[in-house]
Amino acid sequence: MSAATTKDRTPPGPLEYLRRWPIRTWLVLVTVYLYAPLVTLMVFSFNDSKRNIVWRGFTLKYYIAAFQDSDLITAFGNSLTIAAVSTLSSVILGALTAMLLWRFRFPGKAAFEGALSLPIVVPEICMGVAMLVFFTQVLPWPTSLPWPLNLGSIIISHISFSFSFVAIVIRARLASFNRELEEACKDLGASEWRIFRDILVPHMAPGLVAGGLLAFTLSLDDFVITFFTSGPDTTTFPVKVYSMVRFSVTPEVNAASTILIVITVALTFLALRLQGTEVRDTVGGH
Amino acid sequence: MTEPAKTIIRFENVTKRFGKMVAVDNVSLSIEEGEFFALLGPSGCGKTTLLRMLAGFEIPTEGRILIDGQDVSRIPPNQRPVNMVFQSYAVFPHMSVADNVGYGLLVDGVAKAERDRRVEEALSLVKLEGFGGRKPDQMSGGQRQRVALARALVKRPRVLLLDEPLSALDAKLREAMRSELAQLQDKVGITFLMVTHDQEEALAMACRCAVMNRGLLQQVATPSDLYEYPNSRFVADFIGQVNLFEGKLTVDEHDHAVVASPDLPAPIYLDHGVTGAHGTDLWVAIRPEKIELYKRVEGQASPVLEDAPAGHNVVAGTIRHISYLGSESVYEVELETGRKVRALRSNLTRRDQEDLTWDEPVWLAWHAWSPAVLLS
Repeated sequence: MSAATTKDRTPPGPLEYLRRWPIRTWLVLVTVYLYAPLVTLMVFSFNDSKRNIVWRGFTLKYYIAAFQDSDLITAFGNSLTIAAVSTLSSVILGALTAMLLWRFRFPGKAAFEGALSLPIVVPEICMGVAMLVFFTQVLPWPTSLPWPLNLGSIIISHISFSFSFVAIVIRARLASFNRELEEACKDLGASEWRIFRDILVPHMAPGLVAGGLLAFTLSLDDFVITFFTSGPDTTTFPVKVYSMVRFSVTPEVNAASTILIVITVALTFLALRLQGTEVRDTVGGH
Repeated sequence: MTEPAKTIIRFENVTKRFGKMVAVDNVSLSIEEGEFFALLGPSGCGKTTLLRMLAGFEIPTEGRILIDGQDVSRIPPNQRPVNMVFQSYAVFPHMSVADNVGYGLLVDGVAKAERDRRVEEALSLVKLEGFGGRKPDQMSGGQRQRVALARALVKRPRVLLLDEPLSALDAKLREAMRSELAQLQDKVGITFLMVTHDQEEALAMACRCAVMNRGLLQQVATPSDLYEYPNSRFVADFIGQVNLFEGKLTVDEHDHAVVASPDLPAPIYLDHGVTGAHGTDLWVAIRPEKIELYKRVEGQASPVLEDAPAGHNVVAGTIRHISYLGSESVYEVELETGRKVRALRSNLTRRDQEDLTWDEPVWLAWHAWSPAVLLS
């Protein structure tokens, strides 16, 4: 406490912009601009009003209603299943791709590396239309399959855009790998498989987790691509919320959205924390 | 100690090319059991490639590498009886110190009890008792190097390879580790093969050194022989400091020789004969500390060192630059010919360094056995 007050009394240094009022005001304005809509959404999820235009008092009944809406729950279950399967697949695929790019030189490597970031830069609507065309013209996905196989087309689309994110995260992690660790391991008698298991995977671990969480959140809140690939029985949570909004903006929609925001924020926070340890590891390791 | 030395490693006409670049050029070298051997050379001379070929990370383009008489050129690194201490130490960051040290034994399938015992033993060998539970990032650079040493030694290799082992340490610690490494080698009795670009390091620790340049082996000798009897200008210049004079033989008898150099106003008298260099160019190398400095007073005779005839091995000059290094001072002396010569003098008393000043006229003199004659 006393340390903080003494610190405040010293005049701001030449580079301490954050302690000058114009920058502080700017920061506050930016924060308000960014977060005001989200906060409004969350606050109005507790609004005791059907029309949800003016504040009528606090209630949790729309959360209860949301949890009792079986369509919404099904959609939520679909979303979680899709996210889990696509995350697992993208992490494996992404890690293998990252290792391929890190370890080997082959003709067309630069082109491959460029193509890898294509799903990230291509507009989502194009991805969505492309997926729609693909699943109608090239690989018609039967709609009559039992759950969860009927989610296949959505899962495949999700993997196709999220694994490149994973690959890029892990590729960046591998760039900090000290090749002498691998040689030391081999020198001590380890086989290629043991090097991979004992040295490479532990080194990649923060990247694997961060990439996985990234893939999970991407999949969980994806709307555009999913919209084009989902059928009547395979709605996901964001698609369901969209269809609810089309009828009326009830606090139930707000409640459902708030839940999604909380999950996404929690996972992003976790991903950032793990990337934080990654930075510490790299600094400590050299 | 009296048993005859046994060859443990033999490089036979080993050549390594990377594309068009020749990293190691037809090197043949034998290393004896129990030796502390240093590969010395400037960066890019091929010394690290030679070490990596022995460890198995590179395969020789030509030639053979034998360990205990067995050709290991094609054996992968995880099956060779050698272990390496890497330049970056390569301590596994996610494992505890004990797990790091025990890793090689774990891979070999050594039982847990035996493993724990040997890890403990190895840690005490490098004076890290009680550090087993620590993580590498909780240790200093010097301690991490000890972990790397213990991890390599615990496998009881036939040869321990050290890649620039002291380069990442600060000056004081480096000096302490020098003697500690030498003591450790003495204690475990394992052959050490070290790569270094630091000639002081090699001279201080090794029993024998090999000097390499541009992939070629220049000279293999004991540290003192390398310094006092270099076989080429490269070695003379690379190891320590040297004044090199190009000249021709004018007298060559069986018990003495005289070399005249255009750079030196006085002829160089040697107390031994030189073979096979009549009329051809040769070089005379004189180390700075072997040149004595005397004050020169106008009208007074030059000093005479009793082992050379008058007028030989003495030249007049003027001090142009002084580097005071504490324990010694390096004087750069300009001769009448314009040639600059370096002379080094220990500051034996606290007054010594005040004795000679800038632009002071001096005599430079050296003994007849001090210069080394180089033919290449």
